[in-house]
Amino acid sequence: MAKIPIQITVNGQVRQFEVDTRLLLVHYLREELGLTGTKIGCDTSQCGACVVHVNGAAVKSCTLLAVQVDGAEITTIEGLASDGGALHPLQEAFWNNHGLQCGYCTSGMIMASVELLQRNPRPTGQEVREGLEGNICRCTGYQNIVKAVLAAAEAMGGQR
Amino acid sequence: MTTRIFGSGIRRREDPRLITGQATYTDDIKLPGTVHAAIKRSIHAHARIKSVDTSAAAAAPGVLAVYTGADTDGVLNPIPCAWVVPDSDVKAVAYPAIAKDVVRYVGDAVAVVVAEDRYQAEDALELIEVDYEPLPVVVNPEEATKDGAPQLHDDAPNNQAFHWVASGGDSDAAFDSPEVVVRDTIIQQKLIPTPMEPRAALATWLPSMGELTLWSTSQNPHICRFVTSLVTGLPEHKIRVIAPEVGGGFGSKIAVYPWEMVTAFCAMKLGRPVKWTETRSENYIATTHGRDHVEHVELAATRDGKITGVRSVVYAGMGAYLSTAAPGIPTILHGLMYCGPYEIPNVKAEVYGVFTNSTPVEAYRGAGRPEATFLLERMIDLLAAELDLDPVEVRRRNLIPKFEDGHDIALGLTYDSGDYQLALDTVLDHVGYQALRREQARLRANNQYMGIGVSTYCEICGIGPSQVAGAVGFGGGLWESAIVRFYATGKANIFVGTSPHGQGEETTFAQILSDELGVDVDDVEVIHGDTDNTPMGWGTYGSRTTVISGAAIALSARKIKDKAKALAAHLLEAAEEDIEYEDGKFFVRGSPDQSKTIQDVALMANVAWNMPEGMEPGLEATTFYDTPNFSFPFGAHVAVVTVDADTGHIELQRYACVDDCGPQINPMIVEGQVHGGVVQGAGQALWEGAVYDENGQLLTGSMMDYALPRAHLVPEIETLSTETPSPHNPLGVKGIGETGTIASTPTIYNAVIDALKPFGVTRLEMPLTPERVWRAIHQQ
Repeated sequence: MAKIPIQITVNGQVRQFEVDTRLLLVHYLREELGLTGTKIGCDTSQCGACVVHVNGAAVKSCTLLAVQVDGAEITTIEGLASDGGALHPLQEAFWNNHGLQCGYCTSGMIMASVELLQRNPRPTGQEVREGLEGNICRCTGYQNIVKAVLAAAEAMGGQR
Repeated sequence: MTTRIFGSGIRRREDPRLITGQATYTDDIKLPGTVHAAIKRSIHAHARIKSVDTSAAAAAPGVLAVYTGADTDGVLNPIPCAWVVPDSDVKAVAYPAIAKDVVRYVGDAVAVVVAEDRYQAEDALELIEVDYEPLPVVVNPEEATKDGAPQLHDDAPNNQAFHWVASGGDSDAAFDSPEVVVRDTIIQQKLIPTPMEPRAALATWLPSMGELTLWSTSQNPHICRFVTSLVTGLPEHKIRVIAPEVGGGFGSKIAVYPWEMVTAFCAMKLGRPVKWTETRSENYIATTHGRDHVEHVELAATRDGKITGVRSVVYAGMGAYLSTAAPGIPTILHGLMYCGPYEIPNVKAEVYGVFTNSTPVEAYRGAGRPEATFLLERMIDLLAAELDLDPVEVRRRNLIPKFEDGHDIALGLTYDSGDYQLALDTVLDHVGYQALRREQARLRANNQYMGIGVSTYCEICGIGPSQVAGAVGFGGGLWESAIVRFYATGKANIFVGTSPHGQGEETTFAQILSDELGVDVDDVEVIHGDTDNTPMGWGTYGSRTTVISGAAIALSARKIKDKAKALAAHLLEAAEEDIEYEDGKFFVRGSPDQSKTIQDVALMANVAWNMPEGMEPGLEATTFYDTPNFSFPFGAHVAVVTVDADTGHIELQRYACVDDCGPQINPMIVEGQVHGGVVQGAGQALWEGAVYDENGQLLTGSMMDYALPRAHLVPEIETLSTETPSPHNPLGVKGIGETGTIASTPTIYNAVIDALKPFGVTRLEMPLTPERVWRAIHQQ
């Protein structure tokens, strides 16, 4: 299997690797870098458990090859809190509002929500629901996830 | 005055690791030298295996070994069924870890490849040549029982896995000449549980010690260890099963599956850690499904709406083999709940368990009670329509009046406590039921179709007394144990045998201890999931964890309190009977200044420098708790839907529910359980269904095809509660994990049928897709 050198900045750290051309980004993150906070839930880009940020955009990392992101800046759930360990307002809001139960969809849900609030800093509940249409949660019925995203929007001072 | 911790919706203590990506699920564990297993699965629903050629796969890059049924036969014992319901002729057919001669569903294993990485293992699977001789297929449980149907197992004629009958009163007499009778055939479609984490296993083998360690996505690691011992032949004490972080289960992680056993087998053969993680498409064909009933139901009543009898003949699909707990679900957890919250004198449930060429069926959130509740709530709405009565009025005329300490029903169970009328009144007041009916009439006049569905339910959970478990053929006990241990620094651990996987008991259990002994919740850590460092327990399912483990923790805490009181008396040089306890402090009555905190006592007990004569050191207690009864939570739900007659599209406009699980330890977590449960039940009503073609191919084999509830499809759930303590539990609590799912499917279904009333539509099959709704409207 052909190996190709790639350089990616992951959570602020420059990483260089030779990877199989067919290696999925999510496997690169989980297996090569040990960043197992990003999850695999469906293999068909339906569930969003694998969402990471590639150059600031929320992307399902199970549908990208690692070689496709050569040169990109990637943020995973592990890189969301500040360097000092302070939680991102969305992490804090998910915790405060019981926005998670089993936790498996949570990384992807939070990463998708971060991007959602970047695009729409003061969404309505319905806009949050539509914005998270590509992320499946089987535990919460979404209610407290929506509540958490709205609370984070408030905390981040988003203007409608 | 501080707020009582019992009853506080404090945020969860397990969340920090989950929101930062630091939690460790099975597939996240990477041991040095780990190799990867992938399973070759049958592409046929029924076929004879003529040959399996593994030579090309074995020679592929990175491949360490390929094993088939010929390798595991005689080494791994068949996977046992652990719930052999008595007096029902259960056919415990052989369920081999890897099929050797015949495959019986798409997904049955025919070989396993182990390779250095998972890509290589998957590649090698493609190189395995299996020569099949296809056999005839049957997937519908009722069809499978008919003469001439394809036969799955030689020792199960007519594919009958079991035949079970339960009755109370004189059910046949009730149907001799009833004033009114309503009938229906209800299809409880097959569902795919879909926890977000697929299943996985990781096994290591230490040959020098003869020790197997198995990480498994299990809801019940102690049962998994027990069954692993039976299948592998290894002694139970040489097996360690660890359920690390588990990403949801909903019943599909109760069973002990062939694939974990195969993973262990590979690790023992190769002397390397072996990991197996299923893909989602593999999860959909090879991890257990739920429901799958064909039910012929009759309900008899008087002209004024009093129910006089219910009876059914149910064909319950079991899939190709009997999974761990499968026979108990359509029988004990379903047939015995045909009275629901109603006074029904004559009841009969006749259930045929049936083998079909499909994925084995197991518990799925609610497991039997959603089917029973749907059956009753559906039939009551049919009765209301027949009598031209309001569906609420029919329920009112049949609800069991309030009781606080036991109520016997016709099927032999004793409900613990209930106030069904109050739950119903509460939810109807909340939604403004009469106003909704007026709004419905107004809209109908404008050719707009709004429907209102109401359900009252009572369910059986908190399972259950071990003596009953034995009497109903469950292959184990159902007690739980809890160790509470205080350290010299005043911090404490709680060790439990249950294994929560999203339900938040690391928080609620700490709240119980905090409430009992005044220790701060942050000074308590709950340990679960590892058979080597937790006491025996039977697992997390059937809404039993808080009820039974919680009771064990409270009783351990009370034992510690007794010892602490005696030790405090000694340290305060007072008589024990003069010591009082409040908020974590033991003090001499009348002299609150003379006190010892629980932390003071913990320190002294641990160093043991100054102990009363005869008192053992340490501050620790163990309780083995066997509940005297199940718990029977209940409630009343209301759904409001609109149907677009032009497209058949259903909009779930409003959902309100009153659920009563007794006193709530953490109301925030209780609400979360209800939200998720309601939406899962909505999934069955509106979107979900495992669809097979006539060849037994699963057509809904991925999340592209199996329609799960998504955020934009559901409204905000309006949760309310009443509080009726159980007299049969030290904390008074009842289970809450499944109530939402149990009640919401019929509530939403009834709302849709109600919306379609102007079109004369009286029945539809679930899921209620726009196509089905549109056709029903336009065929009238």
